[in-house]
Amino acid sequence: MERKVYLDNAATTYVSSEVLAEMLPCLNGVYGNPNSLHSFGRDAMAIVDKARDRVAKAINAKTANEIYFTSGGTEADNWALKGIARAYSNKGKHIITSSIEHHAVLDSCKALEKEGFEVTYLPVDKYGMVDLAELIHAIRKDTILISIMAVNNEVGTIQNIKAIAKTAHENGIIFHTDAVQAIGAVKINVQDMEIDAMSMSAHKIYGPKGCGALYLKSGIRIENLVNGGAQERAKRGGTLNVPAIAGFGKAIEIASRDIIANQQKLKVIREYFIKELKSKIDYIHINGHPHQKINGTVSVTFEMIEGESILMLLDLAGIAVSTASACTSMSLEPSHVLKAMGIPDEIAHGTIRFSFGKDISKNDVDYTIEKLVEVVEKLRGISPLKKKK
Amino acid sequence: MYTKKVISRFENPKNAGSIKGANATGTVGNPACGDIMKLYLKINEETGVIENASFKTFGCAAAIASTDVACDLIKGKTIDDALKVTNKQVVDVLGELPPHKIHCSVLAEEAIESAVNDYLKKKKKKDKK
Repeated sequence: MERKVYLDNAATTYVSSEVLAEMLPCLNGVYGNPNSLHSFGRDAMAIVDKARDRVAKAINAKTANEIYFTSGGTEADNWALKGIARAYSNKGKHIITSSIEHHAVLDSCKALEKEGFEVTYLPVDKYGMVDLAELIHAIRKDTILISIMAVNNEVGTIQNIKAIAKTAHENGIIFHTDAVQAIGAVKINVQDMEIDAMSMSAHKIYGPKGCGALYLKSGIRIENLVNGGAQERAKRGGTLNVPAIAGFGKAIEIASRDIIANQQKLKVIREYFIKELKSKIDYIHINGHPHQKINGTVSVTFEMIEGESILMLLDLAGIAVSTASACTSMSLEPSHVLKAMGIPDEIAHGTIRFSFGKDISKNDVDYTIEKLVEVVEKLRGISPLKKKK
Repeated sequence: MYTKKVISRFENPKNAGSIKGANATGTVGNPACGDIMKLYLKINEETGVIENASFKTFGCAAAIASTDVACDLIKGKTIDDALKVTNKQVVDVLGELPPHKIHCSVLAEEAIESAVNDYLKKKKKKDKK
């Protein structure tokens, strides 16, 4: 049988058996609408409440009422940006974000610009870090919202969220973070980190697709994005996706329960992978911060060859990776993240993101390295680009 | 996204590499855009027939497959006929290309043009002597 190695866990993960076991009874057993008043509805709402408690506990929210379930990270980002900006537009119309955010944030900002909001896109350094001094410099009297992602999805760099949040609050500004790639990878404590709003997703942490949540600190105002019902304390309309919510609750509980063990394992795998790569393949660069990064994601640039060809040949060997990110794979432009980090276009095109899952073995890494050596050699053999010596 | 033909040409290109005794080369594209194609031609100076063609390409699967096909399409043709090869012929051999990859076949057409022009330029210089 053909060997398969899945190294695209930053795009999505499988649903773990523990999560699936939590979800299955909600598909046919407890099928009531949680907002119905009868016993069928109440039983379903009990499941949603349990999941809400689990999410709140995992991120140390003060109360479970600060968790609002959404259709995923993208909706949570859209809602946070648009909903908070619109709710505070009488106070000011300026927003600060970074140039390496996920498109869910960047495109929401673009949409807000059309409504008359002004957005500052902060630059990042070569490691993908937002500079606090740049942030302070960008703050204006009419700044109402700062949104900076906790962990970058392409290169894995971790931002100094607490310091950024403190800076926002010193200036009376609300702070939102996209924590989709952070959950399960870094410890998140919304109270300690002073986060006002935070986007989360289930399917990056062995939960189902189509489910996420927005954490919104009590007292922060937000306008509705999805209208149409009294669900989620009248803030987000639409019948609750009970099976997915149950799965999300379980997934985030497991993610925080196992975070230390998973990260210790991934750290060893990451270091071994990079060591092997560097010893066997020349002209490569590891992108992102050397220390302040998550263990599961490794972004590697291979000079003189193009990323999609690498991806395709690895795919033929049963190895799944991605170029910049799955969401931008149809685009011909090099990644906006690598561009912002100052990586020249011609080498940015040769970038591959390897994102490891919790079950990865040393054996998987060895197989990947073996195939990578072949693929890189093959493509460099037919590349017209030569390294200047 | 890709047809089986594209994948097979990409995985096992028939014309990859340089050729000994090539008397014309053409390079198009640029690394910032993510595609560079270089064609090597061996042209019979008496008959003007392309006796051999090969390529080296930096780019995606579609770019590599397109240049490989372009080599096939011009082998055995006179340079005048080679110039008549269009990107559509390249796409036809490959079955189809995704819309955002059509530019790869266009680049392959331009590579042929560039290599033939290189030959004509060199010939002109030689004839002057």
